[in-house]
Amino acid sequence: MKLELKGITKRFGSLVANDHIDLTVEQGQIHALLGENGAGKTTLMNVLYGLAQPDEGEILLDGKPQHLGSPSNAIRAGIGMVHQHFMLVPVFTVAENVTLGLERTRAFGWIDRRRTRRDVRELSERYGLQVNPDALVEDLPVGVQQRVEIVKALLREASVLILDEPTSVLTPGETQELFRIMRELQAGGRSIVFISHKLKEVQEIADVVTVIRRGRVVGQLPPTASDSELAALMVGRSVQLRVTKPPAHPGDVRLDVQDLRMAGDQGTAALDGVSFQVRAGEILGVAGVQGNGQTELCEALLGLRPVDGGSVRLDGRDLTKAHPQQRLRAGLAYVPEDRQEDGLVAGFSVAENIILDVFDQPPYARGIAMDLPTRDRTAAERVADFDIRTTSTATPVGTLSGGNQQKVILAREVGREVRVLVASQPTRGLDVGSIEFVHRRIVQQRDQGLAVLLISSELDEIYALSDRIAVMYEGRITGFRPPDVPAEELGMLMAGASDADAAAASAAVVEAPAGGPDTGLMASGLLGVGVPTDTTTDPASSTPSTPADDQSPADDDGGEPE
Amino acid sequence: MSEPAAPPPPAAAEPATAEDTSSGTGRPPFSRVVLDAILEGNSVVVTILAIVVAMVLGGLLIAFTTPAVLQAWGSFFSDPAHAIALAWDTAVGAYVAMFEGAIFNPHTLAAIFNQASLATALHNGYVSALFNPLSETAVNATPLILTGLSVGLAFRAGLFNIGAAGQWIGGAIVATWLGFGVSLPPVIHVIVCVIGGFVGGAVLGWIVGELKARTGAHEVVVTIMLNYVMYFFLAYILGTSVMQQPGRSDLISPVIDVDARLWHIAGPSLRVNAAFLLALLAAAGVWWLLERSTTGFQFRAVGANPSAARTAGMSVERTWVRAMLLAGGLAGLAAVAVIQGTDYQLNFQSYGTYGFDGITVALLGRARPLGIVLSALLFGALHAGGVQMQASTQIPVDIVTVIQSLIVLFVAAPPLIRAMFRLRKAKATGLSENVAKGWNA
Repeated sequence: MKLELKGITKRFGSLVANDHIDLTVEQGQIHALLGENGAGKTTLMNVLYGLAQPDEGEILLDGKPQHLGSPSNAIRAGIGMVHQHFMLVPVFTVAENVTLGLERTRAFGWIDRRRTRRDVRELSERYGLQVNPDALVEDLPVGVQQRVEIVKALLREASVLILDEPTSVLTPGETQELFRIMRELQAGGRSIVFISHKLKEVQEIADVVTVIRRGRVVGQLPPTASDSELAALMVGRSVQLRVTKPPAHPGDVRLDVQDLRMAGDQGTAALDGVSFQVRAGEILGVAGVQGNGQTELCEALLGLRPVDGGSVRLDGRDLTKAHPQQRLRAGLAYVPEDRQEDGLVAGFSVAENIILDVFDQPPYARGIAMDLPTRDRTAAERVADFDIRTTSTATPVGTLSGGNQQKVILAREVGREVRVLVASQPTRGLDVGSIEFVHRRIVQQRDQGLAVLLISSELDEIYALSDRIAVMYEGRITGFRPPDVPAEELGMLMAGASDADAAAASAAVVEAPAGGPDTGLMASGLLGVGVPTDTTTDPASSTPSTPADDQSPADDDGGEPE
Repeated sequence: MSEPAAPPPPAAAEPATAEDTSSGTGRPPFSRVVLDAILEGNSVVVTILAIVVAMVLGGLLIAFTTPAVLQAWGSFFSDPAHAIALAWDTAVGAYVAMFEGAIFNPHTLAAIFNQASLATALHNGYVSALFNPLSETAVNATPLILTGLSVGLAFRAGLFNIGAAGQWIGGAIVATWLGFGVSLPPVIHVIVCVIGGFVGGAVLGWIVGELKARTGAHEVVVTIMLNYVMYFFLAYILGTSVMQQPGRSDLISPVIDVDARLWHIAGPSLRVNAAFLLALLAAAGVWWLLERSTTGFQFRAVGANPSAARTAGMSVERTWVRAMLLAGGLAGLAAVAVIQGTDYQLNFQSYGTYGFDGITVALLGRARPLGIVLSALLFGALHAGGVQMQASTQIPVDIVTVIQSLIVLFVAAPPLIRAMFRLRKAKATGLSENVAKGWNA
């Protein structure tokens, strides 16, 4: 089905969320809608899905104008939507979820479960979705839950499928799987609107890219357009996709972690003897698939959970048993992985969040009385310094965009005297402009002599920032590598290959470059590591690896005990 | 409220947590959702409309439970006007009586003008009688302000203090015993008793906080159970020689010393006393504590997001203990207000419904000191007026409880009120919120 949007305008009060947007999606096309958070993508899709009524403009399906007053009209017209946050009932089975809202009944109102199950299985086979109709949704990984949403839309005979930021909750492996499914759907003649703010994904999957900025279509490009072209169009200025970084000048050891052990929730070891050192003026990147002990490592470093063994030293001072507050006061700064949950008090003002960890320290407090003018003055300075876009320092932080929230956290953490910065997934869910800002700040902190521990499951980020890379797998650090290590080798380490094996396999690839993807690569791909095999999009493989380095990985472990 | 995206919000919090299976936190617990709803609160308009609707429904209830009115309705078809008029008059009469009992009685004003001069009116107590309704409202409101603050303070720290009743008893036992059991110079005796009452309640609150901090025992369960413990402990101790009034066989304490009583602040014939000022002072103190002190900052941070508070280095457990200690102390002060202010002795049912009314008051006042004072005054007025209403119209005072419950019901169900008055929910849709988040990342 061909979908046309003509002159769609949607206002909220004085804000124009969509300003005369024209968009044409041909049948069997994957049309990417690229824009920063708050550019109006989601509003536009809500208009299309009947959740919001446009103030002007019209929607045409196969040339016929439509009046989509509600989602049910939109569904009837053949539009399906997979929301960013899934609309599934966790305690229902897949089949029950899929049938919800269109329960088909047999005589006497019996719900026809068998037919639904059969339909789900059929669709699942046809598009390679691999969804078991009898599984409980709460037991399924996020990637599969998303596929259940897709099945839901397909069962309602959607011929235009809207995917709203579908990859934001997926691991790299799951993303590849989603892309495969999208291609299958495309081959089946369905049109897909793919909303994203990730350039690489758009380039990889889309047929056409429409860029939206501040509610307007600012351009339409083929997916072959370069990163910087797309980013510049999206942000409205040229963006540095990779922060420029002078070489590191590592100084003394600041953070010294030895043989850290912690039992996990399921009784297995979450941390199984983790040791590393971070020096002043360097960034140690910890790569690894989510759930291999990174969260526990952060909790151990901050003292949120007791460790079962090992030690944490900051500037030689033993903090293994210290309370989080003592660690923060000793000069540890922490950017938590889940900023909504652990980083900010959403109902508190920007100012209150900026002093959240120094609220009882002078000059913010005298005795138990807080000094509000000082607090507000400091907050105003930081807001200016960190370019936090907020109407005032009294605005509740929960109303800010993700990027600005992260800036508030950074402003708090590095605003005071700190020695070590632990940043966990610092750019998760942020758009290009904010990522650039956060990265620049992290490098800036390093250059001012901080020791930075960066924990990220985004390989791009690890490559962009790290001066050294450590790979975590099942609670252990499986190897240290220089920042120019090939992605394949990191991928093997992330999938659990031993240090020596990874190095050897990587060397073999270099020796036989014509051999194509070798077995190690395949293995890492299957395990969902999501190492991009497409060399054109991968920053690491564009810098050719030097075999000499790779064959002697032990060299740059620099005396770190394994 | 911070979620930008899709319109139906319930699932919003979910994928984010599902994403990292390692931390496994899941959705926010039910208690948290309730707490957020209370603290987020309703607009003042909704609160006022809830009160109005409750009063109207209360009026209907009054009209249709009075035998005379029911009889008139029995002969509705022969004389419909009479039935409607009688129902109207009964309801209005009840509310007028309530008003006269709680705020201002025109009859006493008329009585003043019947006196020879203002001087004789003053001398014979007619002028103070004019202020008696307000005095009664204040007296009834005083313990409610304090138990409301107790519940409200705990709310702000993320705790449900259902134990104000038990803490009240703790404060009452200590204050009463100090009141009759020791003899001290005049002013000092009062102060010692007040402090004793605070400590008596605080100890019970502290036990709850400590149990939660150390073992994770939920404060709702512990406080409810402690209420029972304290009910029976009170009955027990009032039967022992420690507390029982000599020569009495029923469960009642001796009367406290005159020195231990709180001063009357508007003449000896009006019951209003220094406890009212103490309650207002406590409200101001709680406001300062919450909004201007580091302790209150911790309370609020822990109450709003314990994970973020912990990550910022605060000790969530210690905050719980401190909040419960203060909450218990405030409930203890409510006992001080009753024992040292008006009753002067303790019996096995003195605790009345102060503790549970405190929950209602805190709910209606959105757990904020000013709101608590205002809603306690409203409930105090309803109580004071209810007594007058029963005396002059024979309508049972229990109707006040019904009105109170209706208010809470409507406050707790804002959608109901909104639907009734076709109010638009402020920034209801996720859409406008998404846009309000601004264009800049």
